[in-house]
Amino acid sequence: MTRLSTRGLPLGLGRTGIAFLAILAAAAVLVPVLNLAVPPGSAWHVPTTWVVLLGKYLCYALLALSIDLVWGYCGILSLGHGAFFALGGYAMGMHLMREIGSRGVYGNPELPDFMVFLNWKELPWYWYGFDQFWFAALMALLVPGALAFVFGAFAFRSRVTGVYLSIITQAMTFALMLAFFRNDMGLGGNNGLTDFKDVLGIDLQKNATRCGLFVLSAAALAGGFLLCRAIVSSKLGKVLVAIRDAESRTRFIGYRVEHYKLFVFTVSAMMAGLAGALYVPQVGIINPGEFAPANSIEAVIWVAVGGRGTLVGAALGAVVVNLGKSWFTGALPELWLFALGGLFIGVTLFLPKGLLGLARSRAAKPVAAPPAAEPATVDVPDRRAAE
Amino acid sequence: MSEYSQSLLYLDGVTVSFDGFRALNNLSLVVARGEMRAIIGPNGAGKTTMMDVITGKTRPDKGDVLFDGSHDLTKLDEAAIAELGIGRKFQRPTVFDSHSVLDNIVLALEGPRGVFSSLFARLTGPQRDRIDEVLDTIRLTDRRDDLAGRLSHGQKQWLEIGMLLAQDPALLLVDEPAAGMTDAETAETAALLRRIAETHSVVVVEHDMTFVRDLDVRVTVLHEGSVLAEGSLDQVSADERVIEVYLGR
Repeated sequence: MTRLSTRGLPLGLGRTGIAFLAILAAAAVLVPVLNLAVPPGSAWHVPTTWVVLLGKYLCYALLALSIDLVWGYCGILSLGHGAFFALGGYAMGMHLMREIGSRGVYGNPELPDFMVFLNWKELPWYWYGFDQFWFAALMALLVPGALAFVFGAFAFRSRVTGVYLSIITQAMTFALMLAFFRNDMGLGGNNGLTDFKDVLGIDLQKNATRCGLFVLSAAALAGGFLLCRAIVSSKLGKVLVAIRDAESRTRFIGYRVEHYKLFVFTVSAMMAGLAGALYVPQVGIINPGEFAPANSIEAVIWVAVGGRGTLVGAALGAVVVNLGKSWFTGALPELWLFALGGLFIGVTLFLPKGLLGLARSRAAKPVAAPPAAEPATVDVPDRRAAE
Repeated sequence: MSEYSQSLLYLDGVTVSFDGFRALNNLSLVVARGEMRAIIGPNGAGKTTMMDVITGKTRPDKGDVLFDGSHDLTKLDEAAIAELGIGRKFQRPTVFDSHSVLDNIVLALEGPRGVFSSLFARLTGPQRDRIDEVLDTIRLTDRRDDLAGRLSHGQKQWLEIGMLLAQDPALLLVDEPAAGMTDAETAETAALLRRIAETHSVVVVEHDMTFVRDLDVRVTVLHEGSVLAEGSLDQVSADERVIEVYLGR
């Protein structure tokens, strides 16, 4: 289908990929300009609330991209990616807490407010280093990466696949949620981390800062997209698809399936961590609710809606579904979850390739219908080769 | 020296049970270097289980499985066994449907199998030549950019054989290559396997007697998990016990 048009372009970006990057670049320029340079009275002015909202969507899009990399290309249906997102968010949140310094309610230069409130006398060991931005940024990648590596090493070595893997990823994020709810964790318990003041000495409430974070999120999404593209268009990407479609066949031609899964799962978790780290300064809070199993499932729905195994579709799905959510939770809040569930069922039944697949088949209709190479259902990642 | 060291594949006293059912019962089999061997036997004789044991998918309860005289296959996993040089073609053709014919061959092509070498892999000139050669052998040159899922059943069988060729293993295990093929395709497949056998050791499992006759090689008859008879097709088909098993008297 896209084979002919993508030949010769770097990384096989294709028209969709180029268009995606162009839209991101345009948004990264236009949104800040229309917010900062155009006066609020003008019809062209983009209000700051929109800048924040769009920045948030871009972080979700990066999370969706990371899920598509493992699910769409390797058949690993992770229902726990929200955990990696939240861990990245906590790493950034810890830094922002340390940045508050003596400006907290209790004015303690060393301890965050909640620790003073709990009568803690000194900073727990795992808070060391988070006063440094570079350290927090590194941890936002390494902590989710390390968790994914250890978790994946056990799961993939034991050949846990399909629904069983999905269930244990749910259990993982649920367990983390319960752990982070405890005050003893030293991470703010129930309330999480909030009341951030500034980052790298720049006031977080300023419009310019919010625009800067928006641009950074757009850049991270573009970078994440290019990284995913590089992975899936390499021979490694072909091995991933081979694993998705016929795992045991892939083993019999000599590939160590568990190593490939582990690699892509870890890379994906680090991307999700980065998304979380960019999300927290924009929304101003991180709490254990981010670990809620439903969040991870919702993120998988974004990918399904946009189009699994397309990367661009995943990002698109994240933005579209969240726009819908923003509208719905304003207009008919009690119906949102029903709408989301209905959307998932509808997409699975009628749009197996998601919105992007729909757009592509519309465009390609005069030529030929696309082959039904990929079954549409979501519970197929463990299809095995003939045994 | 003994057949122990001259053999490429050496199975001795292999027993596999599934829930009390003995799929393989004290099976012994030796395949020499460069030999092509046909394995026949009624359903449930243990042919596929034998392949599973050799390729590391199933661990035997008892017995030795040696490759090339020194490698104990019962201690290795599928990927390690494939890297040693044992390739396998499944009974039902399993190719990667959402990859092109070309990519199927590229994935099978002999070479490093590590994660990072795959990430940075680029096809070299000799590799391209080798791919063209394989595509030519399996007559899929003009379908190279088509998705493998769009091939006919017979073409998928051939693509899978092509993947084996690209993998270039010392020993090929081929499970019912003629299943679901037309007579003409069956004859062509036999000719292809004979050509492959000139440079590789091959073990073929097959039901189709015409096909086995076309192969014209030594035949091993399996029955209830062990070897019933061994020899040329004419010899074994004259064997009383073989007739009994096949005619079910």
